[in-house]
Formats: sequence, structure tokens, C-alpha cells
Amino acid sequence: MYHKEKSIQIKNSASALYNNLSVMRIAPRRLTYFTVVHANVVNMITASWDGLNYSHRQLQSKEPNVATSTSLIMQAAFCALPSRDLLVVTSQKGIQMYESDGSIMVYWHALDTPETPTAQAVFGRGISAVRENFICVGVSAGAILVFDIPSKGSNITLSEILEEHNESITDMASECSGSQECIADLVSADDGGNLCVWKSGEEFQLLNKISGFDMSCSSVKLWKGTVVAGYGTGQIRFYEAVTGILHAEVNAHARWIYSLDIAPFSGLLLSAAEDSLVRVWHLTLTPETNSVEVAHLHNECVTDTQICGAKFCDGDGYAFAVTGYDLSEIIRYTQS
Amino acid sequence: MSVRTLPLVFINLGGEMLYILDQRLRAHNTSEDNSEKGVWSEVDRKRVMNDIVGTMFSKNFMDELLKPQQLYSHRTMKTVLTRLAHTSIMRLNPASMDRLYELMIMAFKYQVFLCPRPKDLLLISYNHIDTIREFVKDTPVVLNQVDETHRKIIEVYSSLSEGEFQLLRQTLLIFFQDMHVRVSLFLKNRVQNPNGRFALSTSGPVPHGIDVPGLIRTFDCKGKEVSRAEFPTGGCYTSPIREGSFLLHGDRVSALGLNMYTVNHLEETHTSKTPTVKQQADDTPNLLAKEELNLLARLMGSMKAENMPKAETVFRINLFTTDREEEEEEEEEQARASGGAGQSLYEVINIQAMQDEQAATELALIAGQFAKGEEKPENSESNKGDDLLAMMDDL
Repeated sequence: MYHKEKSIQIKNSASALYNNLSVMRIAPRRLTYFTVVHANVVNMITASWDGLNYSHRQLQSKEPNVATSTSLIMQAAFCALPSRDLLVVTSQKGIQMYESDGSIMVYWHALDTPETPTAQAVFGRGISAVRENFICVGVSAGAILVFDIPSKGSNITLSEILEEHNESITDMASECSGSQECIADLVSADDGGNLCVWKSGEEFQLLNKISGFDMSCSSVKLWKGTVVAGYGTGQIRFYEAVTGILHAEVNAHARWIYSLDIAPFSGLLLSAAEDSLVRVWHLTLTPETNSVEVAHLHNECVTDTQICGAKFCDGDGYAFAVTGYDLSEIIRYTQS
Repeated sequence: MSVRTLPLVFINLGGEMLYILDQRLRAHNTSEDNSEKGVWSEVDRKRVMNDIVGTMFSKNFMDELLKPQQLYSHRTMKTVLTRLAHTSIMRLNPASMDRLYELMIMAFKYQVFLCPRPKDLLLISYNHIDTIREFVKDTPVVLNQVDETHRKIIEVYSSLSEGEFQLLRQTLLIFFQDMHVRVSLFLKNRVQNPNGRFALSTSGPVPHGIDVPGLIRTFDCKGKEVSRAEFPTGGCYTSPIREGSFLLHGDRVSALGLNMYTVNHLEETHTSKTPTVKQQADDTPNLLAKEELNLLARLMGSMKAENMPKAETVFRINLFTTDREEEEEEEEEQARASGGAGQSLYEVINIQAMQDEQAATELALIAGQFAKGEEKPENSESNKGDDLLAMMDDL
């Protein structure tokens, strides 16, 4: 179904972090951006669609001052809003927002770090663009920061702090089907496997809370009102967002899941785990019953590699890209 | 990232260090030389083990480690571990220490990489502690320290969630990133490939608490199962085996963290760099951040060897069969590299001394302690050191 293409070499290897690959297609310029996190650096690669041109850029985590040790980056993700695209980077010290090509930093938000370290680690993790003008970022204490993004310029403001989670945020996702009818706009996941479903607005509204089973949910997607969640047990669960009804459960992987992605136009689902396997599934949603059918389509094994990032490169799922711990390349697959 | 890594780092790296030292010191007893003079006796070996374990598991040192703090650079870790090794009567030259550190790191990296569930990091640590107990079982004082530390570790880490353990593991994996030193024992056992990467199997038992992959289930609104289907996993997975014990004593079940080195296989601690390994040329001045310096000073300070007699002679040891030429080549390389971003330990410490008054004093103290060990002239009456070196050359 898919065959392997030529890999893209990156300047450093990928770190073992959840969802450690972000992809953005720039159709008008026939380019695709990729970001991969390595310790305190974000590797950004711009690839032309004809496969002939690659350029590299590295973004460092912002250091408040030289006296402190380097700040490790937890996640880098592209946020596509109707008016503009931004690249958001979260680290132990704070949240940085760049223009999507990584050229200029437009915003910096410092996280509250206590003078003497406490037992709880401090970092940002979980990034999602929501609706017209919001970017939401999770933090280790469990709070979600909601930023209001103007259509241009750097006048970004912290609009709200959502406090529902008691454990560290792991991932967040917004409704990606493009449908305006879906009530739920955002889902957030934490280290206890708890999921919160939100409706965006001047004040975000909590629509539902789905309890976890003490197992971290490392990656989450929201598509056509269905939450797709990947867990440390290697399971993928499909919940109806607003009601919390569990519609399907797959014993997908033998190790911790690190990344999920959905191709919204075709309903293809990508799952990747520490067990070195990437799997492609097809989802069918029946609107009347809200039931979910999951069909397995394809496996790819990246030998001896614990995968940390897997994303579709386009909305149809025609191609996908994969990163692995200690691997200095982005592996690509295309439909045959 | 995680602020709880240090105790586990030291227990596991320290444990690996002790395994290797134990094997190397035993090996010297089987020299074909057969001369009694200059051989490390069982008494000497046990003494080295007791001294190191006693310091590593001392209350002061462990209390410092247990404070929530970041995991810093390899340089800091290596400095502290060298100082630990030197709390015994043994003195390692820099080449030996470098090799030793590589081995320790690669062994721990292997264990962390293959750790089935993040929580199993504790089982790996407990395997190390169990074996360390064996090394010091004849010395009640030290044995007691080990038990006390073990209890404290159980107390502190038992309440961590799986998510927090995974964060800990991810922090460790970042620490080990890009290290692909080939270890002959691993290559022989096929746990490591010739390119330096560890083998990851897609068959075998799944970790405890995980379901065997292959099943898709759907449910109706009331939670009743409506259908089930299987899919090809591309692997060969079986049900999990029993869970290891997280108590003070018990069957840990996992073999990760146990002593891989046996007396008969001297060549297994041979390491070689992979030919294609990319050395990260760090052009930044590589400042040891103030926080890191503070940690270093605190750890060194907490390692006061109270029981060490002052007039002790120390014995230099060349742990590995490094050729004379290879050693000299390494020294040359260090001298060359020290011009730019200093690779050698001494160079970096000296540069730092100029940045910060307070740091300078602290570092001078630390460097001084370190230097004392290296430059102490050998007692002409003791032949152990010289004969050992001669023995290593003959091997």
C-alpha cells in the first residue's frame, strides 16, 4: 500500500518525546516544512515538492540568562489559523512562537519556575490551534494556556487559563474535519489518561471529561466529533467526544504509543509506537449511531527504532513521515 | 524534564562501574605470571568495593542526589563517578576512566532503551542494588547503608505514576542520545548491531499490563461489545510473564541490570567507536552553568571519605588493554582539541575558573581533589601499581 521514499537527513537525531514531528504543507509555494526536536534545538527542514531542494534551520530554546543550564524542548508544532501560520515551541522555561518559517520569534511566554526546584518538573507540552484565533498550550501542572492570536503582528495575549487537569498535559488536538457543525473544538489529554473536551470562545467551555485508567494518554486527535486517543498500554480508544461513549478499542501496539495522526479528507489514521511499528488504519463513522468502524490497512517496521513521531504529509494521507529516537533522518512513505 | 533522575543514574551507572571493576580486579588474579607480588588479592578487591559502595550509598551523598534537580552534562557525571572510584585505594588514569565511562553509559543506555515499561526502571535499579549487596555482604556497616538507601528509593519512587516514569526515561534517553559506542559483549550477544544501535525485537512477551496486539473491538452505546476482529501485527507477540518484585527483596524477573560480565571473558569489556559516528563538534564555549557547578560542588563535598587513613598509598591501575601508542595518541588529541572547545577535563575546568569568582574557588577545590589523586607519587616500596601495568602490557 505504501512504499518507502528517500529519507530527509536532519542535522541532529530526534529525541524520545511524544509527537516529535510536525509537518506543514505550503501549497502555494510547493513546499513542506518539517520540525523535529533534539534536546534543546528544533530542527526545521524545508523540502520542495519536486524533491530537489532542502534547506535547514535550527531554532534554540530561549535562555533567560547564561547562568542557568540549557532548557530542553518538549515539543514543536505548527499551528494553522485562517489568518496566519505559526510555529509554537514549548520548553522547560516557556513558550516561544515563531513565524511558520522559523525566521522571527513573535512571542515569548515564561513559565513560572520556582526558585528552588520542587518535586514536580516544570515544562510546556501539548500544542493546538483552535478555531479562528486561538492557540492552546498545556503545562506540566495540568493547566491549559489559551492565547489570543491577532491576524498579524506580535500582539499576542494570554486570554484564559483552563484548570481541569490535575496531571501533566501530554497532548491536545482540535477538530480537524473542517466541519463547522461539530460542537467540540478541542480535546486535551494528560498523564493519567484523562481527556477533557472543550468548546472554544471568549471563555472556553468544558463539554465533557472522560476519565482515564491511570495510564498516560500520549497522543490524541479529534475528528468528526470522535476523540482518538493513544495510550502507554499500546491501545487506541475511540470516544464520542461530547458523550464520552467508548465506541471502539484497538490493542494496536506492544509498547507505548508516541504519535497519532489523522488525514481528515480520507479518514486514514496513523499510529506509531516504541515497538518500532507504524500502522495505518481506516476509520468509518456512521453519523446516525455515531459508531466507529476501524479497519487495519498497513504496517511499516522501522527496524530497531523506537518511533517518536509520525504524521501524514497531506490531508488525504497519500504520504506520511516518521521520526525515531536517535535517528538522524525523517523517513518518508508514499502510497504505491 | 524530570527532576528525579540523579539517584537512579548513580545507582545504575555506579552499579555498572562496580561490575566492571569487580571483573577487572578478579581478572588480575588469573595472571599467567603466577607471581604473588603485585596481584590484587581478594582482600584488596573487597576493600575497593566496600570503599566505593560505602561512599556511593552514604546518607550524605544520597540525600544530595534525592533533592529535585536537573540531570546535567556527561562531564559532571564523569567527574563525580571518577571521584567515587577514587574513594578507594585504586587510581584510574584518564584513558581507563574514559573507557570505563563509555562502558557504563552504553550498558545503562541498553537497559533504559529496552526497558519494557517505564516503571521497570526501578526493577533495573533494584537488580543493581541486589548485586551490590552481594559485593558487600561481609561488611555489615556498608550492607546496612545499601539497605537504607534501597528503602529510601522505594519510598520516594513508589508513588510516581507511569507517566512520570516515562518522563524520567525520556530524560535519560536524551542524556544518552547519539552515543553508539560498540561494546564487544553486546555485539557478541547480538543485542547491539555493528552500527552501534541496539536490537529491538518485534516478538516475545509483551510487558506486564499490556494486551497482546492484534484485536479490534467495537461497542454499542451501552458498552456492550458488538464486534471483534483481528489484524496482522507484523510481529510475534505472546502473553506477558509475571511481574517483578518492587520490594526490598524479591525476584525482579527482568535480567536488565544484572551483572553481564563474567570472570572468564576479559575481552568483553572492549569498546570501539563506530567509524561513522558523528562527533558533535560543539562550538559554543561549553560553559558549565552555575547550577551545574553548584551541584558538582555539593556532590563532591558530600563524598568526604571519613574512614580513609591519611597515609594510605594508592595504586594506579590501567583497567583495559590500551596500547601505549593508543594512550599517547589520545593524549595528543586532547592537547590538540583543548585549543578550541576543550575536550579534556582539565582544560574545561581551567577555563571556567575565569568566569566567576565563586565558581573559580569551588572548581579549584574540586580540581585540586581530583589532581591530588592523579599526581600522588607512588610509594617506592609498593610494587602493585608497577607490576599491574607490566601485566597489562603482557596481556
